[in-house]
Amino acid sequence: MKTIKLILVTFVAALGLSSCSSDGDDTPKIDVNPMAEFNLVTNIEANGHSLELYSEGKTGFTTGYNELYVRIKNNADDTYFANPEITWMPVMHMMSINHSCPISELAISNDYNTVTKGYVIFQMPGNADEYWDITFTYEVEGQEYSVTETIDVTAPSDGKQTVSAFMGSDDVRYILAMVEPTDPEVAVNDMQAMLFKMENMMSFPSVENYSVTLDPRMPGMGNHSSPNNEDLTYDAATKSYKGKLSLTMTGYWKLNLKLLNSTGEVLKGEDITEEIEASSLYFELEF
Amino acid sequence: MNIIKCAHKVCTILMETSRPIYIWVLLLGIFIFPINIGAQELVLPKDSIITINLDEVILISARKTLDYHRQPKPLSTLDEYLESSKKVDMVKRGAYAWEPTLNNMFSERLSVTIDGMRIFGACTDKMDPVTSYVDVSNLSRAHIASGQQGTEHGNTIGGAINLELDRGNFKETGLYGGVETGFESNNQMSVVGAEFNYSDSNFYVDTDIIYRKAENYVAGGDEEVEFSQFEKYNVSANGGYKLAEDRAFTASLIYDEARDVGYPALTMDVSLARAIIASVGFEQDALWGSLTNWKSKMYFNKVTHVMDDTKRPDVPIHMDMPGWSDTYGFYSQAALKAKRHQFLFKLDGYYNKSLAEMTMYPNDPNELPMFMLTWPDVRTANGGVYAEDELDLNGSLLKLATRLTVQNQNVADEFGLNSLKIFYPEMEKSKTRFLKSISGQWHKMWMPWHFNAGLSYGDRAPSVTEGYGFYLFNSFDNHDYIGDPGLDNEKSMEANTKISWEKSKFKLSAEANFFHIADYIIGEIDPSLSVMTIGAEGVKIYRNLDYTNLFNTSLDMEYAILPELKWSGLISYHRGTDNNGGNLPFISPFSYRSGFQFDNRSFSAALRITGAGKQVNYNPDFGEDQTQAYTVCSLTFGKTFKFNNDSMYAKFGVENIFDEYYSTYTDWKNIPRMGRNFFLTLSYSIN
Repeated sequence: MKTIKLILVTFVAALGLSSCSSDGDDTPKIDVNPMAEFNLVTNIEANGHSLELYSEGKTGFTTGYNELYVRIKNNADDTYFANPEITWMPVMHMMSINHSCPISELAISNDYNTVTKGYVIFQMPGNADEYWDITFTYEVEGQEYSVTETIDVTAPSDGKQTVSAFMGSDDVRYILAMVEPTDPEVAVNDMQAMLFKMENMMSFPSVENYSVTLDPRMPGMGNHSSPNNEDLTYDAATKSYKGKLSLTMTGYWKLNLKLLNSTGEVLKGEDITEEIEASSLYFELEF
Repeated sequence: MNIIKCAHKVCTILMETSRPIYIWVLLLGIFIFPINIGAQELVLPKDSIITINLDEVILISARKTLDYHRQPKPLSTLDEYLESSKKVDMVKRGAYAWEPTLNNMFSERLSVTIDGMRIFGACTDKMDPVTSYVDVSNLSRAHIASGQQGTEHGNTIGGAINLELDRGNFKETGLYGGVETGFESNNQMSVVGAEFNYSDSNFYVDTDIIYRKAENYVAGGDEEVEFSQFEKYNVSANGGYKLAEDRAFTASLIYDEARDVGYPALTMDVSLARAIIASVGFEQDALWGSLTNWKSKMYFNKVTHVMDDTKRPDVPIHMDMPGWSDTYGFYSQAALKAKRHQFLFKLDGYYNKSLAEMTMYPNDPNELPMFMLTWPDVRTANGGVYAEDELDLNGSLLKLATRLTVQNQNVADEFGLNSLKIFYPEMEKSKTRFLKSISGQWHKMWMPWHFNAGLSYGDRAPSVTEGYGFYLFNSFDNHDYIGDPGLDNEKSMEANTKISWEKSKFKLSAEANFFHIADYIIGEIDPSLSVMTIGAEGVKIYRNLDYTNLFNTSLDMEYAILPELKWSGLISYHRGTDNNGGNLPFISPFSYRSGFQFDNRSFSAALRITGAGKQVNYNPDFGEDQTQAYTVCSLTFGKTFKFNNDSMYAKFGVENIFDEYYSTYTDWKNIPRMGRNFFLTLSYSIN
């Protein structure tokens, strides 16, 4: 019976945790582990607490869009704090300069009041001389704590580009990251991307009401393209850009993009022609 | 009444003997084959349809009729037999697996069956027409019906080819067998075949095996056509057992496998083409009192087809393209005679699964293979009823026939469905169509004149390729093709007529048919789409054209100079246009055949000439260019030797005597035909 229940609950959790709501419920104890189906990316021990970072699909931090779940365990009694207030700040330590990257807030996910959810978009990987760290500032039981941990950010294992940091023709630095599809299919896929501008080294606000044109190509197939793609337009509800991506076969695809501002001026990227086989602004995927 | 029918048969036969070139085409009639008819009527009544329809029957198995002389080349491929037909032209992509066309229409507009069994090729590029999965050793004859006269076994527009299996049929022939061997010089083709049969009044079993192997052939002027080799073998067995005097159980099995088949006109070859064709049947003389000749059959066939480009140099990208087609079906039919009527009722159905995939291997080994489903596991369920009535109108005959069919097609593979939804977001997984055919055929005779006329209407559903094909490359027009599941049925209105005149020595007949085909399915360029195949020029989507018109006419003559020596000639003209007056592709230019035939029962000789005029009406949009005129000649000699009870038949001949370099309008990408070729076949039969 218990197993069945466990399976059932984890199943519900895996489905997107949509069935139960625990708003205003401060009871921290839960029978099941809501993160059972997720990968523990890192565990930061500090202040008698463990900050656990989970990802749904990834096993580590990679360049591009990282959706992360964070919860804080009280090591004293192995319970998780309910409704923790957490802020985070990743920083890249380069040779001469430090900078951050686009992040979201960490908010309680709808389903469990111990789990917060947010995303980080790393625009570059770390290397031998340059590294990322991430600082968490959190408040539990009325007290504020802080911890900084060095993290390892790598390029995705398939080496495919899902984020692009570039200077637009308006002399603004932008970061464009692909959120969806994470699991592309030979079909019309929903495509989602996020756009930020670099206000300063530490601030990357999201950019609204621009648009991104989409021209997927297969360089290995004579730059074959697919029909019925939809350019990405701004969706205020998710603060992201959404469109449709048609993939006619499996394999390596280069998604050639063009970024247009709200008045339709091209800020980055080129149209694909006989001579220009790829845009300078692109994502890649392979499946 | 019977006299009229018989007379008609005879004159049709004689007209048909004017078929020159290679093989004899004739209508099997009761006067010519009196030996057969008594025995065959038991379970295989002669098709009474032949009396009215303008059908053609190509005799394939000469052994059982002891009529080798009518076969200029006994061990030639089935393709060569079919090519001898007046209405059939063969599309060649190489030396093997030619695709039959009838009235200038291709596979998707034809119903091609083996003993009434539906079977569908598994190749998306039409490299395996149904006719490639049987061999002459399996067959007794090919029955060719034009237009709606061919709907007995399925809906069709252009007509039907039914290949009838060779079987003992409870004749009192006892044990008999034979061995055959043949050799052709041009492509060093060797053929070895053997058969072993037993038949008595209660039981028969026929077995045969044949093996062919050919190297590249050489076109006129010593030009070797690379990748034109092939190798195939075929084994078959069929048998019957009489459960009672009036009922019999039958079964048949064919296993056909070809390997290492080259397709010089295409970019890929075939490493394996295999079919297993099996059936069980039940036959009973009477049913429910008034119905006769009740015949039922259940069958299945499984076709596997694997393309291969590993032997080709310089392919832009290597790919695997396997395909599978499985069909399960049945039919049951019975006849009814009532005064002036002669009815045939038939109920049939089949279920087909067509799946084909393509995996391309990128030149960059670090990239993952590219995969797509080119036929998305389409499940076709088809059920129909067919009825015909042959009506005696005092001095003339009228045949009315109709077929009603319901067909459902379902895309079973989710991956494939999602692929097609890229093009058709609203498409449904399943689609049902109703198909119908009705035809009337009238025959009147005023000696020495015969007059035939027919009117008919029929439609067909799009083929799997036309409805669901996904980036299928057509090397002829160099375009990728994409199917459209929402296509309308193609509808044909057809009229035909034939008038013939005969005196004892001279026969003349003129024949014409006209098809007005509405919603004609053909590929149209969609300039917004990007090609998939490297090097392709564009992408075409199957569309319904408003209409097209097709016209075929021929004039057939025969003159008996001496009782043993005949001259025959045939000229034909064809025209096909679309609704804008543009030319349809693959329409024959003016063509002709002529020949002298000598036959005194133990020795035969024939000189034949075939040719075609320069192609005037062609369509470059479909990759056609102007095909030049050509004339080729062939000469054959045959001799029968007797040894006690056994007999040996030898045939020697030379084809394309003057080694002409030529190609015809049906030769894919103008691949040249075979140059001069000597052949020798020896058939030894043990009785």
